[in-house]
Amino acid sequence: MLKTSRTHGLPDHAELQSRLEALRPRLMAFARIQLGDPVQAEDLVQDALIAAWEGAERFTGASSVETWVFGILKHKLVDEIRHRRRELATGFDPDDTPDIDGLFNPRAHWLPAARPQKWHEPEQACLQEGFWQVFDFCVLHLPESTARVFSMRELMGLETAEICEALGITEQNCWVILHRARLKLRACLENGWFGKGEQNNAVL
Amino acid sequence: MQSCKRATELMSQQLDRELSTSERLGLRMHLMMCRHCRKCDAQFKVLHELSSVRSQAGSERRED
Repeated sequence: MLKTSRTHGLPDHAELQSRLEALRPRLMAFARIQLGDPVQAEDLVQDALIAAWEGAERFTGASSVETWVFGILKHKLVDEIRHRRRELATGFDPDDTPDIDGLFNPRAHWLPAARPQKWHEPEQACLQEGFWQVFDFCVLHLPESTARVFSMRELMGLETAEICEALGITEQNCWVILHRARLKLRACLENGWFGKGEQNNAVL
Repeated sequence: MQSCKRATELMSQQLDRELSTSERLGLRMHLMMCRHCRKCDAQFKVLHELSSVRSQAGSERRED
């Protein structure tokens, strides 16, 4: 699927264009979670894709095209969140969190089926084709408010204090949400990627 | 001993804030005893590190 890259790991123009287009739905999903408004999300994603296209010759190949474009979108989202904090908090529900009771027994120890298993080459994952697709699938299957807090913290690198301020929630809320998000995400990635060796796309 | 559920809360929070000394000690004790939680702790850290790979990409080429 991935053509061998040319100079500095940059694919040719036609291929770059088709790869950028293929990323659009996932970029849109992230932007929509953060901004709520699909029209604004679309504008921002469009800006990010254009910036990626125009800056293509500066792409060094140090990261994958996908990681690079997400990085561009991330900056645009962080700017937007900082400019429009509070306004973006409308409709945010801190109680919209995944249920984690199914993971633990009544004494709050792991149920056998939920015990974490050994992961296969975890540090190599981000270099492999298809990993971020599975990762995003798992994030986007969290309840929406949970996915939003998780991406603000982990994918945009915001501190919890800033997230709380933007969403009008307490740090306690934030920690509860992040804890549940991480538990669900690790289980989802174990099923969809780390536990299955070669059948990486099974979850999709 | 701390429950696994409580240990996972602290594993998660140590990625977002500094734990108190007693929280840190309690977590360390639990991790010595529980191999399932050791795996979980390592995996939370992997999630955090993988995410930061993506979160740092693009920072050096901010377009203006």
